Amino acid sequence: MMAMSVNTPPTVEVRNLSKRFGSLQALDSVSTRFASSRLHALLGENGAGKSTLVKCLLGYYQADAGEVAIDGTAVRISHPGQAHALGLGMVYQHFTVVPEMTVAENFILGKEKLPARIRWSDENDMLRAFMATMPFQLDPERKVSTLAAGEKQKLEIIKQLYLGRRFLVLDEPTSVLTPAEADEVLGEMRRLANANELTVVLITHKFREVEKFAQDVTVLRGGRLAGSLSQKEASKNALAGMMFGSNVPDRPRFSATAAANETAPYLRIADLHADGERGTPALNGVDIVVRPGQIVGLAGVSGNGQKELVEVLAGQRAAKSGAVYVDGKAYSGTRREIKRAGVSLIAEEPLTNSAVRSLSVMENLALRQFDEPPLTFGRYFLNRMQFLVLARNLIARYRIHASSPFARLDTLSGGNVQRVVLARELSRDVNLLIIQNPCFGLDEAAATEIRKQIVQARDRGAAVLLVSEDLDEIMEIADRILVFSGGVVTYETDRDKAEVYEIGRHMAGAHAA
Amino acid sequence: MTAASELGWWGVLFAIFAGAIRISTPYLLVSVGETITEKSGRTNLGLEGTLVLGAMCAFATSYLTGSPWLGVVAAGVAGASLGLVHALICNLPRVNDIAVGIALFLLGVGLAFYFGKPFIEPRGTMLPGIGFGFWSSNPAIRSGLEVNPLFILGLFLAVFLQWALVHTRWGLLLRMAGESEDAARAVGRSVQSIRTYATVFGGFISGLGGASLSLFYPGNWNEGLSSGQGLMAIALVIFARWNPIRCFYASLLFGGASAIGPALQSVGINQGYYLFNAAPYVLTLLLLIYSSSASYRLAGAPSELSLSR
Repeated sequence: MMAMSVNTPPTVEVRNLSKRFGSLQALDSVSTRFASSRLHALLGENGAGKSTLVKCLLGYYQADAGEVAIDGTAVRISHPGQAHALGLGMVYQHFTVVPEMTVAENFILGKEKLPARIRWSDENDMLRAFMATMPFQLDPERKVSTLAAGEKQKLEIIKQLYLGRRFLVLDEPTSVLTPAEADEVLGEMRRLANANELTVVLITHKFREVEKFAQDVTVLRGGRLAGSLSQKEASKNALAGMMFGSNVPDRPRFSATAAANETAPYLRIADLHADGERGTPALNGVDIVVRPGQIVGLAGVSGNGQKELVEVLAGQRAAKSGAVYVDGKAYSGTRREIKRAGVSLIAEEPLTNSAVRSLSVMENLALRQFDEPPLTFGRYFLNRMQFLVLARNLIARYRIHASSPFARLDTLSGGNVQRVVLARELSRDVNLLIIQNPCFGLDEAAATEIRKQIVQARDRGAAVLLVSEDLDEIMEIADRILVFSGGVVTYETDRDKAEVYEIGRHMAGAHAA
Repeated sequence: MTAASELGWWGVLFAIFAGAIRISTPYLLVSVGETITEKSGRTNLGLEGTLVLGAMCAFATSYLTGSPWLGVVAAGVAGASLGLVHALICNLPRVNDIAVGIALFLLGVGLAFYFGKPFIEPRGTMLPGIGFGFWSSNPAIRSGLEVNPLFILGLFLAVFLQWALVHTRWGLLLRMAGESEDAARAVGRSVQSIRTYATVFGGFISGLGGASLSLFYPGNWNEGLSSGQGLMAIALVIFARWNPIRCFYASLLFGGASAIGPALQSVGINQGYYLFNAAPYVLTLLLLIYSSSASYRLAGAPSELSLSR
């Protein structure tokens, strides 16, 4: 079907690969084999060494020991260009396309040899002809920033195929896709593997994808090979056992408390409109109600206005029209209102958006109350001893791993930064918690613990608005599920009646039809 | 004076138009050069220094060799050298391009003043003007339409670069480096070398802007020659939203604003003369206020620019 299928895609093998970063042994003598024309899953927790392994394969890192073999012959790959010449390519977790350029420009940029002058009419014709042979079609002249997340992912993949790559590593390709989009993309990958067009390595942590699409599974744990097996032998429990070793984190299904639907809403957002970064409308009439003792999960593919919504609620972005009411009173996010109504807000990427990276853990923990007793004395002076008392207390209660309370916040791991912010925000009286992508980039154990904290806040009677791009997370802890698409809430359901596919359809913008 | 006053108020308009062409040349060259540098994701704030050093080098070379065109080349080389220094320093890890730019601004001006001292008095050989006023017998029109050849060069550059940004390999790579460092790395291109070339090129073009200051009417070198035009040209890039052709229009606008004072003077209006001379500065402020906003990013700004992050 594809023009370039003259020989079989490569079999890639790693033999005793080791890589060390400072004191961290990221890869410890790992050997595995990715056989030709199959879809392989590479499984492991954060920090298990998955990225390091594939980056060694693709020439971004140099392994300290061990070798890479393609079709049985050992090769040296010292920079990405060499890997590309051998037909190895990678699709990254975060899009590496240039949003402000067209689809065609993004395609051309990947070529090893670019002509000095580019004749766009010829290039566009060639691209259209190529696209016609592809499972996914995209208009070459469209600007990438106008594509949906799923389309961008497809663009990344066909770009690799266009460049003649026959061995493709996909790094968590579905983390920004709806379930239906994910199935479409992975289904096509599996079809290409079956048709002898492509060898695929899928880095993932979703068992569902492994079960449904992978043929072979390689599991890494702590930089070592924990096992490799064929999909038929791979049960969920066996894989979980390999990934987490003996300490498999239990994933409790958090149950809803008594239906809170009768109580008066604590947070009410009414017909809210606001513009985004570039001055285009981002919120187009948002209506949301959150009641005490209820977690409302706002699901949606990133870039649909979630960021702007949280910014408006935080008082960082001006609304064009509409209103926000907290506890029945108009709310604009001033310090006085926050204190009176007991509002906690944790934006995504807390290190950048909810904390100060260059301040110490202690100072970050005190940011909400540093200007009131007991942290002050004589009204204008800070009582550093009380800062330390507060910090020691919170560090113990929230099990924050920091070398000392005086350590700079950005020396902590992602999970611990999130714990610091949660400790600061949840240790006070919380009536309303607004939290965005709380577990992004955290490993399963840390994520489970943080979700537990959110549920506990709810059980203490707080109204919780959980804005998350992780649908599994919302399905796990939310009591009521809202879908956000194109800057409006397009779908609402109770958790008990929620259907993943129905939600996914609305996340993909099906309401427009 | 007499020829101009014959034209009356039309004379004022004509003087503003002719002044726009004459004064806009350094704005045009510096802003086009800076557009290319900023498209690669780096800001070179040192172009005022580049402009002044270029002006001095151009004048000195032309004075010593008698060839104004050698002077133009010298100005370009001086500008490119300052650009290279900027690029090499910024290639080091954790170096801020804005701070380096300011340092090079001071260095360029300092070097020009130091080496330029002996050249303040004499008059050198000027660039030949291109006479677009041949159709008129009025000497004011003829001399007003005597156009700086570097203005024509700047116009051609603006048009060519606009085309090249879309239709050449260099244009694509340049925009990629400015829009997404990750994307460039993913396709195996070195962002640093692209930015180095872009900064050197931008410096070269800005140096030519210096030559246009000292080698065309009135054709001398003194320390007050630039009076901040290099800095205003950088503001102009923002106003032109990183588009070479819009840089051309914006430069004409700034040139025209600078010509209001002298034009009014030529018909005998001397009241508020200094106020009119401040027009370009006021215009800079107004444009920057108009084109910025508390809640949005500037449309068209390269995403990797420290300004947009």
